[in-house]
Amino acid sequence: MSAAPGHLVLRRGGVSLRLPRREALACLGLTLTLTVLALASLALGDYPLSPGEVWAALWGGEGHFVVQQLRAPRILTGVFAGACFGLSGALIQSLARNPLASPDVIGFTQGAGLGAVVAIVLYGASGPSLLLASLTGGLLAALLVGLLAWQNGLRIWRLVLIGLGLGFALHAGVEFLMTRGDLMSAAAATQWLTGSLNARGWGHVGTAALGLALLGPAALACGPGLARLALGEEAAASLGTRCGALRLAGVLLSVLLSGVGVAVAGPVAFVAFVAGPLGRRIADTAGPGLLPAALTGACLLVAADLAGRLLMAPIQLPAGIFTAVFGAPYLLWLLATQIRKGAL
Amino acid sequence: MAGAARIGWRRGTTRTPAGARLGWLALLALALLAAALAALAVGARPVPPGEVLQALLAPDPGNPDHTVVRALRLPRMLTGLAVGAALAVAGVLMQAVTRNPLADPGLLGVNAGASFAVVLAIWLFGITDPARLAWIAFPGAGAVAALVYALGSAGRGAATPLRLALAGAALTALLLSLITAVLLTNQQSLDTYRYWVVGSLAGPQGLALAPLLPAFGLGAVLALWAASALNAAALGDEAAVALGVRLGWMRAGTLGAVTLLCGAAVAAAGPIGFVGLVVPHLVRAAMGPDTRACVLAAALAGPALLLAADVLGRVILPPGEVQVGIMTALIGAPIFILIVRRMRVLAP
Repeated sequence: MSAAPGHLVLRRGGVSLRLPRREALACLGLTLTLTVLALASLALGDYPLSPGEVWAALWGGEGHFVVQQLRAPRILTGVFAGACFGLSGALIQSLARNPLASPDVIGFTQGAGLGAVVAIVLYGASGPSLLLASLTGGLLAALLVGLLAWQNGLRIWRLVLIGLGLGFALHAGVEFLMTRGDLMSAAAATQWLTGSLNARGWGHVGTAALGLALLGPAALACGPGLARLALGEEAAASLGTRCGALRLAGVLLSVLLSGVGVAVAGPVAFVAFVAGPLGRRIADTAGPGLLPAALTGACLLVAADLAGRLLMAPIQLPAGIFTAVFGAPYLLWLLATQIRKGAL
Repeated sequence: MAGAARIGWRRGTTRTPAGARLGWLALLALALLAAALAALAVGARPVPPGEVLQALLAPDPGNPDHTVVRALRLPRMLTGLAVGAALAVAGVLMQAVTRNPLADPGLLGVNAGASFAVVLAIWLFGITDPARLAWIAFPGAGAVAALVYALGSAGRGAATPLRLALAGAALTALLLSLITAVLLTNQQSLDTYRYWVVGSLAGPQGLALAPLLPAFGLGAVLALWAASALNAAALGDEAAVALGVRLGWMRAGTLGAVTLLCGAAVAAAGPIGFVGLVVPHLVRAAMGPDTRACVLAAALAGPALLLAADVLGRVILPPGEVQVGIMTALIGAPIFILIVRRMRVLAP
């Protein structure tokens, strides 16, 4: 019965579920943190409410417009988009076996940025057409990187390097367009490129929830295969993992999840990058830690949004600034310690 | 060994005959001459080559063609000459000292470091004068060059191209998001910065060339000195020590040269990527593995490429101009991808 120490085993009839105890506890803790952050975000802001007032407003009391139409949608968008970013980052990091990899480095983010800046500067776009332009740009860039990196199958190191190179060229395109537009559209483009949750409505929540519901379970299903792949290709293959198919599925899911996140929140910096390693550390797991990464991503984005609304009170800073400010010290620490250990 | 971590690099190991090397140098010098002439002649107001020569040798103040050549295009061409040579030589040194085929000032974040320093200066001190901004780019580039070098050389074993490229990209992402954070809160900074960042030979930055000349010169001398030590170190650190090379001095000299050259280049023309990546690969194919020969050839090929990119940028979108930093990225990215596709994984 207790063949798996450190695991929780749930059995009911013919079905049994084995959970690593530490990972399950970590997920529980992260969910609690997320709930607290979301409630705080509902209550705090330019129009502060007490917990009792929030409860009343949820059911139509005073302040229901602020809570139901302004705060709830942006929080839920943050939760779902953050989870998408977290999953996306954890997938690609697990495949590349390198905590520095993230969807930003496979060209997706730069492609999405170029698509959006083209739409803003050349056509003055906003709303759904902007979303469509950024998604198209991102997916085209990722597809191009994938095609260029394909050489007798998909190798992750080649994918990452080619993604980096193409990303630089796409970024040059963004900078070029910024000098072509007037200052207003340049400012709008900078705003979009930072990523924020300002003025998000229930439509955004629906988009993000649908994307996460479709792609999230598929990503989580990759988890066991990724854990075996971490043992090395031969070992994984001899355990029955189809490595090529798994790599392809992992990269595809990562790109699509990142696409959902970018579509509703813009290319928020560092969430995908930080959520994976942080989630693994919290869960203390040897596996890819996909669920902790998703929850960590959601916590990070909601916290960054809250900080952006509160810290410089009359000014509302986009969440992307705070994810960068949180992410930057972590990145420097990671570079310093991991490289000294030769582990990168 | 963790599967894909070890990546090899096909590099020429046979010595190219001296005659062939001289021939290549002569060819590169000719290409540079042609590019320089084109940089003086081509533009919104085309000037025939004969007129260009006359403008240089016997200028006539009343002739508008001569004014265009001497007042506008000559400073721009000279900036391109210095910047192209500096970036290409810095690229050769960076690739040799990190033993890494993907080292480039742009890709490894040195340019982003300079940009970040410039944004801070605009934001905190309200500096808008391009000549002063140029000097602020210097310490930014130097700090990131030192950091990248530390990242590339620290740790067990040599850094793989993947490790170094990811570290550079991560640093760049970090610096870019900090830049964006500043720009979002301050629109005045955005307006100054967005023109500085694209990298151009045309701007008033050209004015800053003269005071930068000592930095270019000192960098070039250091580069030639470091190159012979790097030759010995190509055999491995132990072999280099056995040959009498002081590794610490060699690394410090290389780092100093890279900082001076990249800093001066970024200061003179803004961040320009890919020249430092592409040119070393081209000259290594022609000159063989000798770093000194590669430095010489890069000093000719770098400006030729940069001036050609600049000329192309002037004619590609007729009424306007595409800045040279954009052009080098457009030319360089496909070559970068080709290099990556030619790399192979060493069997684990």
